[in-house]
Amino acid sequence: MRFLAPKPSPQLSPALSRRRFLVLSGVAGAGLTLGLPIASAKAQPAASAAQTPFAAYLRVAPDNSVTVLSAHMDMGQGIYSGLATLVAEELGADPAQLRVEGAAGNPKLYGNLAWGGAVQGTGGSTAIASSFERYRRAGATARAMLVQAAANEWKVPASEITVERGVLTHRSGRRATFGELAERAAALPVPADVPLRDPKDWTLIGSESVRRVDSADKSTGRQTYTIDVKLPGLLTAVVAHPPRFGGSVRSFDATAAKAVKGVVEVVQISRGVAVIAEHTWAAIKGREALKVEWNLDTAEARGTAELMEEFKRLAAQPPTAVAARRGDADKALAGAAKVVEATYEFPYLAHAALEPMDAVARKDGDVLEVWGGHQMPDLYQAKAAAIAGVSPDKVRLHVMMTGGSFGRRATPDADVIVEAVECAKAIGWRAPVKVLWTREDDMQGGRYRPMYLHTVKAGLDAAGNPVAWKHRIVGQSILANSPFAAMVKDGIDPTSVEGVSDSPYAVPNLTAELTTVAAGVPVLWWRSVGHTHTAYAMETMIDQLATAAGRDPVEFRRALLTDHPRHRRVLDLAAEKAGWGQPLAAGRFRGVAVHESFATVVAEVAEIAMDDRGGFRVERVVCAVDCGVAVNPDQIRAQMEGGIGFGLGAILHSRITLTGGEVDQSNFDGYEVLRFTEMPRVEVHVVPSAEPPTGVGEPGVPPIGPAVANALAAAGRTARILPLSRGAQT
Amino acid sequence: MKLIVNDREYEVDADPEMPLVWALRDLVGLTGTKFGCGAAQCGACTVHVDGQPIRSCVTPVSAVAGQKVVTIEGLTGKVAEAVTKAWTALDVPQCGYCQSGQVMAAVALLTATPKPSDADIDAAMDGNLCRCATYQRIRAGIHQASQTLEG
Ligand code: FES
Ligand code: FES
Repeated sequence: MRFLAPKPSPQLSPALSRRRFLVLSGVAGAGLTLGLPIASAKAQPAASAAQTPFAAYLRVAPDNSVTVLSAHMDMGQGIYSGLATLVAEELGADPAQLRVEGAAGNPKLYGNLAWGGAVQGTGGSTAIASSFERYRRAGATARAMLVQAAANEWKVPASEITVERGVLTHRSGRRATFGELAERAAALPVPADVPLRDPKDWTLIGSESVRRVDSADKSTGRQTYTIDVKLPGLLTAVVAHPPRFGGSVRSFDATAAKAVKGVVEVVQISRGVAVIAEHTWAAIKGREALKVEWNLDTAEARGTAELMEEFKRLAAQPPTAVAARRGDADKALAGAAKVVEATYEFPYLAHAALEPMDAVARKDGDVLEVWGGHQMPDLYQAKAAAIAGVSPDKVRLHVMMTGGSFGRRATPDADVIVEAVECAKAIGWRAPVKVLWTREDDMQGGRYRPMYLHTVKAGLDAAGNPVAWKHRIVGQSILANSPFAAMVKDGIDPTSVEGVSDSPYAVPNLTAELTTVAAGVPVLWWRSVGHTHTAYAMETMIDQLATAAGRDPVEFRRALLTDHPRHRRVLDLAAEKAGWGQPLAAGRFRGVAVHESFATVVAEVAEIAMDDRGGFRVERVVCAVDCGVAVNPDQIRAQMEGGIGFGLGAILHSRITLTGGEVDQSNFDGYEVLRFTEMPRVEVHVVPSAEPPTGVGEPGVPPIGPAVANALAAAGRTARILPLSRGAQT
Repeated sequence: MKLIVNDREYEVDADPEMPLVWALRDLVGLTGTKFGCGAAQCGACTVHVDGQPIRSCVTPVSAVAGQKVVTIEGLTGKVAEAVTKAWTALDVPQCGYCQSGQVMAAVALLTATPKPSDADIDAAMDGNLCRCATYQRIRAGIHQASQTLEG
């Protein structure tokens, strides 16, 4: 159970704060807390921008613990462990003395540097890139101050002191732990421009022996998530949502719901009707008894079959935007020796993280606290503040570890957070309220990976070289009508076309066109965003071209990637490790794909075994990844394994469909994902690199679909309508 | 109603139909057992009743009154230690949300079958979903724990 955060200490004057780099906080011993506002154990108030930026990133406590304050949410991708490694490397700490907490509420301190630094957030596989310099520098500066404190104490030159595994040692043999010196170090001025360690001296970055910070807690049930938050008097709410997107409440009758034992209140909120109860079961039973009249006049009434028909009709018409054009694809197609065409259908996909959406809100005095998956904390803070009628600096976000996300917790309208704050407000803030979505709520709650249609036409010249590529994409925009709508330029939502419009393949004539469709189904980024569908279309089409040209798929790609050495490198590595070109047992087939997303390049070779009933199993996947410096090699492997399993489940089984505007799937029986026995043997090879690190949370996903599809093509089966479980395809 | 959880007795005021998962989490206050689907589809809520793994989200609390319920918090013994040790050594968890259920399923398997084959593991673990797809490490973790138990 989470202990309650102490009230933040009053702010020190900026002059004093600036001198306090290390924030000392004893968990129980309040007397040791030197009160920067950041020192409160869990609540991260909107920290003063006047304080030194470093104070926001780590604390060294007299009990010798080092707490790293993460600017990024950990949804399983392991960024807490990555940041701990970066800090420990420079600080000279023993990795075992590090713990990590989420921090939020001050973009000046926690802004995502990979996004320009103005907004805090976790997404686009940017966390390690944003943090690489920031957290190493915080560690290095803290170390310099600890060393100086020891030098002053022992009256020796700082240069004679070494730091190893959390212990400072003078050559005379005098020793002290971080904890012993923390208080004195905190009083020293913060040095500027402390040099970082030479990469050749790294002992933790790149080490195989560094483990995750959270494995023990997560293997013993001790890790707490939003769903586990306990607070005195906490009530639990479930919300009745409109049965179709865009609907609203017309009226409701709460008589029967209120008669359910344990139900405390039934209230209308902006997104539906909430049944607030003493515990979850009462809330669920209460909602079953609740009667709501919905206003569905303007709700989406179409099903996915009608929408796809509409997409097909639109695909035959001129596009609404051209995302990329080089050369003249039409002319080159007209003169091509061979033309290959394909149409692809991609379904809506739910994130279906295992922890369903949830949030907790409590207001005490004029301070509002919100516990949740704060993947976009600035936005959530502003939304919560507006509902509560307080200024954003009165909103404390408790950044919880989340049971997955895959993009779902980065929801610009802050859906479940809005619900929690509105529920707590509706009962006059008299108790904290947790809103929990059931699996059905989560599955039917929208914010899906958009449905897309791709039509592709490509041409080869007489020598078998691709000379023309015409690609049209039809689907909804993720960014339009969101706070990020400004990223849509000239009608082009980059998340609809990324992976096609910027294809690395040297095809002289290429046109990438987009038709953006409006529909009432809310959409969102889903682990690897546009690349979830673009990589599939690009990489299966390239394979088809190779086949049409009578050339080997790896060699064919290499020839088109002469300007892209990183692509070639991972392609070669995956091919070599997979035994590409070597004979396979009867009924076995291989397929390859290579794709760059979020500045990381990944190649995957899938090996499938056909069974005699026309089915198949993915037996083995060999993956090669180039993500710059490998901070935690084993976690890179873990993310590739997970991304491959996640992506494979989707292409095999997953789809959200709607009939008459209502979502057909409600749980994991209708919306199937990868199960234990379907997991292939995955081998991951990490390309050694000295380049700055790039992300790994998403880039493992895009290549798996096309790699499997290409193996199926080698077995004589085409796969252009996803998921593959929709049966025989021609 | 009397519940015996992790060798302690609790008197809970619950509707007999309340699924065990909510009684454990909301009334007893043990939140290590997770809710993932409420429909026996994911295994996140797995606990042991008289040593057998069950889905607590579809088990009415009245059905286990008086029986010995063990949750992740109450796991003890050599097998549990071997499993958590292997899980930590291999960094099996990612988000970790499914892992209480995975560990409960793995401990039940290894208790009944100390040297499981891959087919045994498949049969025991296929009902436990992991959206982070940590399946490969779960399998390796079970094998590793099995070896520890032998040695
Ligand atoms: S919560 Fe019980 S099986 Fe999913
Ligand atoms: S570790 Fe995330 S669901 Fe299994």
